[in-house]
Amino acid sequence: MPKQPPEVRKHNFNEVALGYTEEQALEEASRCLQCPKPQCVAGCPVEIDIPGFIKLLRERKYEEAIKKIKEKNSLPAICGRVCPQEEQCQKMCVLGRVGDPVSIGRLERFLADWERARGFTIPDKAPPTGKRVAVIGAGPAGLTVAADLAKLGHEVVVFEALHLPGGVLVYGIPEFRLPKSIVEAEVEYIRKLGVEFKLGYLIGRTYTIQELMKKEGFDAVFIGTGAGLPQFLGIPGEDLGGVYSANEFLIRVNLMKSYAFPEYDTPIRIGRRVAVIGGGNVAMDAARSALRLGADEVYIVYRRSREEMPARKEEIENAEEEGIIFKLLTNPTRFIGDEKGWVKQMECIKMELGPPDESGRRRPIPIKGSEFLMDVDTVIIAIGRTPNPIIQRTTEGLAVTKWGTIVTDENGRTSLEGVYAGGDIVTGEATVISAMGAGKRAARAIHEYLMSKK
Amino acid sequence: MYEILKVVQLAPKIKLFEVYAPHIAEKARPGQFIILIINEKGERIPLTIAGYDAKKGSITFAFNEVGKTTKQLGLMKEGERIWNITGPLGNPSEIRNFGKVLCVAGGVMIAPMLLQVKALREAGNTVVTVMGARIKDLLFFRKEMEALSHRLYVATDDGSEGYKGLDFLKEVLAVEKFDRCIAMGPVPMLQKVCELTKPYKIPTVVTLLPIMVDGMGMCGACRVNVGGQMKFACVDGPEFDGHLVDFEQLIKRQRMFLPEERLSALLWEFGGGMFGGK
Repeated sequence: MPKQPPEVRKHNFNEVALGYTEEQALEEASRCLQCPKPQCVAGCPVEIDIPGFIKLLRERKYEEAIKKIKEKNSLPAICGRVCPQEEQCQKMCVLGRVGDPVSIGRLERFLADWERARGFTIPDKAPPTGKRVAVIGAGPAGLTVAADLAKLGHEVVVFEALHLPGGVLVYGIPEFRLPKSIVEAEVEYIRKLGVEFKLGYLIGRTYTIQELMKKEGFDAVFIGTGAGLPQFLGIPGEDLGGVYSANEFLIRVNLMKSYAFPEYDTPIRIGRRVAVIGGGNVAMDAARSALRLGADEVYIVYRRSREEMPARKEEIENAEEEGIIFKLLTNPTRFIGDEKGWVKQMECIKMELGPPDESGRRRPIPIKGSEFLMDVDTVIIAIGRTPNPIIQRTTEGLAVTKWGTIVTDENGRTSLEGVYAGGDIVTGEATVISAMGAGKRAARAIHEYLMSKK
Repeated sequence: MYEILKVVQLAPKIKLFEVYAPHIAEKARPGQFIILIINEKGERIPLTIAGYDAKKGSITFAFNEVGKTTKQLGLMKEGERIWNITGPLGNPSEIRNFGKVLCVAGGVMIAPMLLQVKALREAGNTVVTVMGARIKDLLFFRKEMEALSHRLYVATDDGSEGYKGLDFLKEVLAVEKFDRCIAMGPVPMLQKVCELTKPYKIPTVVTLLPIMVDGMGMCGACRVNVGGQMKFACVDGPEFDGHLVDFEQLIKRQRMFLPEERLSALLWEFGGGMFGGK
């Protein structure tokens, strides 16, 4: 798939991957074997009929092809961009055993973009059921639940704490990987399905779950509040100026558009030498954003080796192409500030890999006496996010694990009747598509619950 | 969109807004705050709630016209609408009968302090209030505060009204016993109050609103060091034990974006923002 060349794209926030042309899409689609027992579908968390939509695409029936996708997935333009297809549908593709699998994600993106350029058609909805569902959090899980339940005829209100819908799609994933206009368009589609969005409502504070059900008249509630709390390293100097959590950095840059400061009011300051701590997708996003904001040198500092990096391979490659420098088997031990309280140096220690730990990855062990200093003026800590605790703290009787995630069965049922949950708030930090898959299963369970209730 | 019902000029460059926000008015309690964003290009700023009326569906808050956003907000008129307001955020104040409470408020925070004083009074406390400002002209709500407090002291930094600075409190504290102190105002004032109350071991609660972005625990920008532990002002606060707060660090963190804030305000003023443009 065509991409902006690294030398160009590292100076702008425009989308990196440019998408297939019609010819390229048709050519790629022609490679599909149309297996009678398709493995790819089993790899898709939202069960899209993949050979089905590819067949329609091949026949140039684009409108029917996108409809086929949308039977299962209301956010195809987003999934086509940010799903780790190499771990899911494409991993299962039979062609992958002998060569490259079909680029299913890129085909999905092609169709979604084709449709968006022409304007959405709204599918038929089931007649109104008279049931009301509150969805908490307008991220991938919440949007999926909202769309599925609206199509089934339920009245859905989404409560979002931030001032824009999209959750991690708007505050976390950068513009160059997922343009915000695309999130807006997919949200608009869900709005057209009849879903109402209430923005700036922090459930737990503005209303509690009990109030939603008893006072505000909702028959069921879905909690999809995500893993939004930043983790810090707990080492000296983390309070210095220039040290950001990845969340703060990305919220400023993505949600508040501080890359366009001062046209937009929220500032960000990026120094010349930036260290991003962590090896996941969020770390790659932060590093690549820092580069685009004008940093001279951007380092990824990760305590394990490249093999253990949790980021998508594609994103690691993109970062490397753009000139991000990888400092592997390295861990910061403290940050050192100047007289104004701004970070100027970082002390690190070298690591080596020992036997695997409980995560199955080899445990990093510090090498004694290997400490060294790095000059940095910006540090971004991207070592993971934890569940948002506000609802757990304010909802009596809601079973929660020791990690603060909400306990559910495989269909998202919590310990409270009529209350469902899914996405990162149940699993801990995971992917957009796994949250959508959870949303899909929960929507089905909520529908059954509502229809069995008198 | 949140309609501005009423604008009150409290003092030069200090305004109080009453805004229609029924769902916030219903839930707000003393000590909580809101985050507002003026328009699509705006920044999110936290402001302490200064009043609420569930029947009327309105909340009030006061602000100092110092930066771009607050200056821009100051130009908004009754009937105009604020793009988004989120709240109530943060934990409500602990309000009960403590006995004798010393309330110290400075600058714009006199407005929310009035709400505290009222609630403390209703809970049966004896309330001694100190209200202060840089200069005489910046004092407001004096009558209201007088009416609600058992005793009121007034102080200014330059001595143009009442006591000069807060040092007079040394003498007050030397002879009078207080069960609790509540301080709301600029960080250097909070620090000063804590220094004064510490020798007498008066539990001192300070309200902190450091730089915040989301205000609901996501960004960690508002982290403060309280007794050696990292706390987030938005979800763990905004009230903290003042004797445990690392104020020096807080002041440094608050100045983090000073150059950008100045640039933003300057560009806006010279770009015609003051005269009605964007």
